[in-house]
Amino acid sequence: MSDSISRRKLITRGLAVAAGASGLAVAARVASHYGLIPPDSGGIWGVGETLTYATQRLLMSHHSLAREFNRSEVSKVIPVSGDPPKTEPFESLLAGGFADWRLTVDGLVAHPSKFSLDELKRMPSRSQITHQACEEGWSFIAEWSGVPLSYVLNLVGVSPQAKYVVFFPFDDSWDSLDLPDAYHPQTFLAYNLNGHDLPTPHGAPLRVRVARQLGYKSVKYLSRITVTDNLKNIGKGFGSAAPEYGYSWYAGI
Amino acid sequence: MAESAYAPGLLLRNAGVLETPRHSLLVRFTHWIFTLSFFGLVVSGFAIVLAHPHFYWGETGGIGTPSLFDLPLPTMLGGPSGWGRSLHFQSAWFAVLSGLLYAISGLLTQHFRKRLLPSRADLSWDSLRASMLDHLRFKRPIEENPYNVLQRISYLAVIFLFFPLMIVTGFAMSPAITSVFPFFVTAFGGQQTARTLHFFLGNFLVLFLFVHIAMVILAGFKSRMRAMFTGRIAGGKQAS
Repeated sequence: MSDSISRRKLITRGLAVAAGASGLAVAARVASHYGLIPPDSGGIWGVGETLTYATQRLLMSHHSLAREFNRSEVSKVIPVSGDPPKTEPFESLLAGGFADWRLTVDGLVAHPSKFSLDELKRMPSRSQITHQACEEGWSFIAEWSGVPLSYVLNLVGVSPQAKYVVFFPFDDSWDSLDLPDAYHPQTFLAYNLNGHDLPTPHGAPLRVRVARQLGYKSVKYLSRITVTDNLKNIGKGFGSAAPEYGYSWYAGI
Repeated sequence: MAESAYAPGLLLRNAGVLETPRHSLLVRFTHWIFTLSFFGLVVSGFAIVLAHPHFYWGETGGIGTPSLFDLPLPTMLGGPSGWGRSLHFQSAWFAVLSGLLYAISGLLTQHFRKRLLPSRADLSWDSLRASMLDHLRFKRPIEENPYNVLQRISYLAVIFLFFPLMIVTGFAMSPAITSVFPFFVTAFGGQQTARTLHFFLGNFLVLFLFVHIAMVILAGFKSRMRAMFTGRIAGGKQAS
């Protein structure tokens, strides 16, 4: 093998590596511009997280609907995961039947607001019977009713630079959704489960329902919703408490 | 350098053993990427099962509802399996991408048609029985073709049936993917059925791996491993 051949090879390989690296950098910028990079894209699982999130976002139309079921298919048993918060002010609000509870909506919105449970119940409601799977593997079908999140967001006037909607509950399992899932027609703030007021262990007085993601994205015991363009300054900057426990921010699976 | 072996003059190596190319660079590359990914999938799949070692049939299932079967393990052994999910998906991406690269190149180079597709004569009862008896007697096949008929059938089934089924039963568990393609889950009759099938298929593929390794050992571990690393095998016919 002559020197000239190996030198030529070295140059072409070097150029290929450089082209590949700059191609990747350009791809990353384009992907980020189109909202295809999840907030937990760093770290050893970043490659998988990003490929899954970007592919599913490109594959799904913003309004592809999760399957809905008949009343006869509703599960007899609806398992509960985790305990209600045992802290103030949740315990006093629970004791008072949530009469003094208010949902705060703030951040990048034209009209920061507070809503009582009655006010939310007077808004247009939506009911749906959907399948919800826990990341552990179990699942159930239930009928949920509530107000579409898109209705509340339109009411407060979301600013054009907004990118995420963040949900803060009374415990520390905060989470966030990107705008396609926040405005999705099956995403709503649920106050009713199978025809009854939301039972306390299922997230009373109000919880999120996200039909196209695993159960842990449907934040319970809701207290505050914040609209933002940047998740870096919230918690550890991963967009959710879940990645701090080793779970993905995006759970469309 | 790998390519120098393809020059006729260099086929003779140490001790005058004739070496022939067996696996192309692409086959070797995808084989080892896939090996690592498969290992990641098995380890993380086991971690995921540990979180809820109960299996159901139909759409739903959980603690307090009748199960199809339970593994004799406590629920949530080893704590939350978040890392299991992350490793499972990352490995799945590498497995699917290397698998696709292998499958597409195999179709384009006609590798599958020439080397794996059994001929009509191969599929005759006599030929199948002869191959089965050879296997039962641990008789080494005469290397007319690098792959015997049973090998061809099992490789084709694993590549074109079991891995695609593994992927589709995985899709069936994704609420996002089934919102676009509901038939991925309705075809199986429910999300929990898909999960149970995914588990059985995974076990079957692990079993296939054991048989694959046993066959490699019987056929000559050192020479087969060298063939999958260097691409060359002493004497044998080309398989690429």
